[in-house]
Amino acid sequence: MKKFNWQIWAGFLLTIFAFLSYPFIFIEWPLTRDFPWLNLLLFAAALVLLIVGLRRAFKPERRLFSKIAAPILTVLSVLILALFIFVAFIESRRLPASQAAPAVGQKAPEFTLADTNSKPVTLVELVSQPINNKPAKGVLLIFYRGYW
Amino acid sequence: MQKQLDTFNEAGIRVVAISVDTPEESRRLAQLAHYTFPLLSDQKREAINHYDLVHKGGGPSGEDISRPAEFLLDSSGTVRWRMLTENYWKRTTPEQVLAAAKELP
Repeated sequence: MKKFNWQIWAGFLLTIFAFLSYPFIFIEWPLTRDFPWLNLLLFAAALVLLIVGLRRAFKPERRLFSKIAAPILTVLSVLILALFIFVAFIESRRLPASQAAPAVGQKAPEFTLADTNSKPVTLVELVSQPINNKPAKGVLLIFYRGYW
Repeated sequence: MQKQLDTFNEAGIRVVAISVDTPEESRRLAQLAHYTFPLLSDQKREAINHYDLVHKGGGPSGEDISRPAEFLLDSSGTVRWRMLTENYWKRTTPEQVLAAAKELP
């Protein structure tokens, strides 16, 4: 029995971690979120392990299982990396330009929208109602994609 | 945002979040995430149309949703600061908004 080819499996698992750690861990801090450099470093480290493992798998004394499993894991890893690049650099930037969005100095368009109790709320109310018994200085409107 | 809500309120800033979710969906989100600021529902896409924030087909089953955006208005309803991110993973930090809020009259 040949020694376990740990590099190929470590490379594969590290690839999965490199992918999942972005939405679940590194999204928390602007430093690791705005550009996913830490995730790309993890992918690079995984790639090194995969290459080492792949070379090892094709040594003549390795079993057939190893020779089949290694390329499959490598291809899967490359696909995961490709998906990451697509999601992080292409899909997430497909946002409309919003040229007509109210600019600094312009009046924000009035609206009436339902709150979580389906009660209508107007922008005028939001701006004019006091906060903690003090007149409101301003309102922060956060538009978000939705929870679905 | 919830963590910084007191800081915002002390600075006289009301925080309001808007999406195309239904009031029921927003209520679920507020309960789940323990949000205490108002979540408003723009099911008819009226506000996001007026603010030019519609992301056509951006939803999971191709429905029109709002792109991420933040506007800081003063007490007259005039925009004093805004952030239209070009990458939906790249979001405004509360510190950025608080810095802008300091400039309000």
